[in-house]
Amino acid sequence: MATLDSKVPAGPLADKWRKHKADIKLVNPANKRKYEVIVVGAGLAGSSAASSLADMGYKVKNFVFHDSPRRAHSIAAQGGINAAKNYQNDGDSVYRLFYDTIKGGDYRAREANVHRLAEVSVNIIDQCAAQGVPFAREYGGLLANRSFGGAQVSRTFYARGQTGQQLLLGAYSALMRTVGQGLVELHTQSEMLDLVIVGGQAKGIVVRNLVTGAIERHAADAVVLATGGYGNVFNLSTYARGSNTTAIWRAYKRGACFANPCYTQIHPTCIPVSGDYQSKLTLMSESLRNDGRIWVPKKKEDRLKNPAEIAEEDRDYFLERMYPSFGNLCPRDIASRAAKRVCDEGRGAGTSGLGVYLDFSDAIRRLGENGVRERYGNLFDIYHEITAESAYKTPMRIFPAVHYTMGGLWVDYNLMSNVPGLFVLGEANFSDHGANRLGASALMQGLADGYFVIPYTIGDYLATQKPGSRPSADGAEFKGAEENVRAMTKRFLDSKGKQPVSHFHKRLGKIMWEFCGMARTKDGLEKALQQIPALREEFWASVCVPGSAETMNQSLEQAGRVADFLELGELMCRDALTREESCGGHFREEHQYPDGECKRDDEKFAHAAAWEYQGAGKTPLRNVEPLNYEFVKMSVRNYK
Amino acid sequence: MVAANSTAPLSITLRVWRQAGPNQPGQFVDYQSKDLSPNMSFLEMLDVVNDQLTAKGEEPIAFAHDCREGICGTCSCTINGKPHGPGKGVATCQVYMRSFRDGDVVTVEPFRAAAFPVIKDLITDRSAFDKIQQAGGYITARAGSAPDANAIPVPKPDADLAMDAATCIGCGACVAACKNASAMLFVAAKVSHLGLVPQGQAERDKRVLAMVSTMDELGFGNCTNQYECSAACPKLISHDFIARLNRDYFNASLRASFQPESQSTGGGAG
Repeated sequence: MATLDSKVPAGPLADKWRKHKADIKLVNPANKRKYEVIVVGAGLAGSSAASSLADMGYKVKNFVFHDSPRRAHSIAAQGGINAAKNYQNDGDSVYRLFYDTIKGGDYRAREANVHRLAEVSVNIIDQCAAQGVPFAREYGGLLANRSFGGAQVSRTFYARGQTGQQLLLGAYSALMRTVGQGLVELHTQSEMLDLVIVGGQAKGIVVRNLVTGAIERHAADAVVLATGGYGNVFNLSTYARGSNTTAIWRAYKRGACFANPCYTQIHPTCIPVSGDYQSKLTLMSESLRNDGRIWVPKKKEDRLKNPAEIAEEDRDYFLERMYPSFGNLCPRDIASRAAKRVCDEGRGAGTSGLGVYLDFSDAIRRLGENGVRERYGNLFDIYHEITAESAYKTPMRIFPAVHYTMGGLWVDYNLMSNVPGLFVLGEANFSDHGANRLGASALMQGLADGYFVIPYTIGDYLATQKPGSRPSADGAEFKGAEENVRAMTKRFLDSKGKQPVSHFHKRLGKIMWEFCGMARTKDGLEKALQQIPALREEFWASVCVPGSAETMNQSLEQAGRVADFLELGELMCRDALTREESCGGHFREEHQYPDGECKRDDEKFAHAAAWEYQGAGKTPLRNVEPLNYEFVKMSVRNYK
Repeated sequence: MVAANSTAPLSITLRVWRQAGPNQPGQFVDYQSKDLSPNMSFLEMLDVVNDQLTAKGEEPIAFAHDCREGICGTCSCTINGKPHGPGKGVATCQVYMRSFRDGDVVTVEPFRAAAFPVIKDLITDRSAFDKIQQAGGYITARAGSAPDANAIPVPKPDADLAMDAATCIGCGACVAACKNASAMLFVAAKVSHLGLVPQGQAERDKRVLAMVSTMDELGFGNCTNQYECSAACPKLISHDFIARLNRDYFNASLRASFQPESQSTGGGAG
């Protein structure tokens, strides 16, 4: 049974981080260069951690499966990054950002972590501005802000619709600087395939060079995983195609606990699936719901009709009908679930039946076409590019899609997992968003972890490790891990099946979406728990992986990632089945208020569930970290 | 303008560059790709072809891709002779099959440039861009030492222009489109972005000199003002930035020749 000590410092909420920084152990500057740290991943969290640790004097090795660190999927974030700067003089504060985030997470995040996040948010903006990130500005040259969901203040900083790209380029430029200075050893196109544990501590990784196929062993004094989220378990999502769970999943299989795997964020406004060939779902900004009206035909038989030919009285503006006070601007999870419900009734628009109309005709009448273009022109262009339809002429079709995962490896206040020496940052950990993440908070967390948390907390661990005590990469544990990787590779290439990997990924995605998606039931999850292991067996019996292990082999890469998704999917369903309540993104149909809101059970489930691997074919152990709310009162989340 | 809602399927002949590995001979191979939905993306069409190849036990076509929404810069095909294919201001992943006609022969090859050697099939090694960045594509600012973000105002026109340059996704289409395989637009975008903001002034001269000399060392050519780079750029970054780069480079070179350098060998006071 794993020990889950959150190590949250005692004392008043607002003093915890300051006090902790004063109390934790330091490594002296001359000794820092004697320690090597492996950082896996180069998104916001990975790049900022690698460059910051290198600047402090640690020797850093950075691994990324992309061909350049700049391509990590943080790059795709559009909207912005929150910070409690109160530049708008509108009453924002660290406490308000903390409170909004805790409430947004439906009271399932750790108070102390969230407060620290809000505290360092202000430093992040300073850091990024110093790096030359071209944030939006007012005419006087000072920084501009916009408003975002779940907040009553204007605290979101942005760089057009490309905030993620600009923040990542800032962190990437710092990483490139430290690589150029010889402080970081960069390994691109290198995929982590196993974690090496020596004497109960994380001391290295095994990677595959994706260009040459070479399997390499790398030893270090500590390992930092910043490898992102696992939403591609659903196959179709707003994630990049390469985003995967492999690094954290293999770490889980080496003993790191996986917390709250079932917490998934499903974004209501995405371009729907158009066919079986589809590889990607594209987000349409939620801001469109300010002026668009969402509807489906009242009658099933109108489903395929040209929407212009459906009379006003035959349209069901279902959000306005179901939620008259909030209408089209009801919260994300409510909007997503309502769209699913009307499509389940057979009234979804389009050939797939999975889509609802987002109609701007009222807005065009009110504001004129140019007025709408001024507000949303770029989004209408993206929509046109993908669908060849003009949303000025015909309503958009949208549908919810998987967008983010709040679950991840369990970490303590120092961002260290239950495996000593293994740190987990950004979306890969579980710590800050509870059961639901607010918009513009993912970028904030990635950079907080990398720039302002890990530089302090890693010292507390490294100070306990004798300088120079790093094990050799030729040790038995390293060789064992390498053999493990080689055996898996061989198993794939020896498989004599006929089905491409994508076949299984698509089928897994359908199971996950149906039973572990927007609405979950006991029956459905039990079905999924039967179907996923059966699909996994079929995968291993009939998958086809052509090519060799000694060259670049994208089929092999994909096979490894999907094999992990086939295991993770089962754990997500198990977690969702065990959590007999609804909270945030986790909606169990059995647990709702009459108005369809999530019904939490704070008595039984005010905790993080951290699953511990017990070996292949064995049921994992469910450990629990109670969430003790000392400063905020848990209450029913209400945005009405 | 493409007919909206056109759903008539199309079939094409795909003529693809296949190359087993670096330094190996490559060749074009034809594949029939049938009954395609016009709403399919070009990369999804390649996915389908690859699944068909796999089912036959053949090796699928290796191609680079990731975000599939035009922002990560990974995808990099030259389609019918044009980097990122038909369409203005889009990356390969934003090309849809409705851009082609039934019966078309579609030629697909990797981005061609001496500085981007082919790794396999349609995938090239673009790490040269990272090396140019390492030479100076940054503003040195250690975490923890930054002043308040509003302490240094940036005039809005400068910030907006810097943002125009910063939209570069580092795909390399500018290099592939240029007959000289020049990386001037890429370098110009980086130098302009960082040189336009006050935070970037301290390292401005050093940056432009280092980035340009690294670009030259890595085998990229020079600019001869054809502007193919801007035309192929998925973010439509203007070639005007190249003029800015040249000006910066000239000024920095001049200053470097006349400015005395500090002779101090360092050392502290205590």
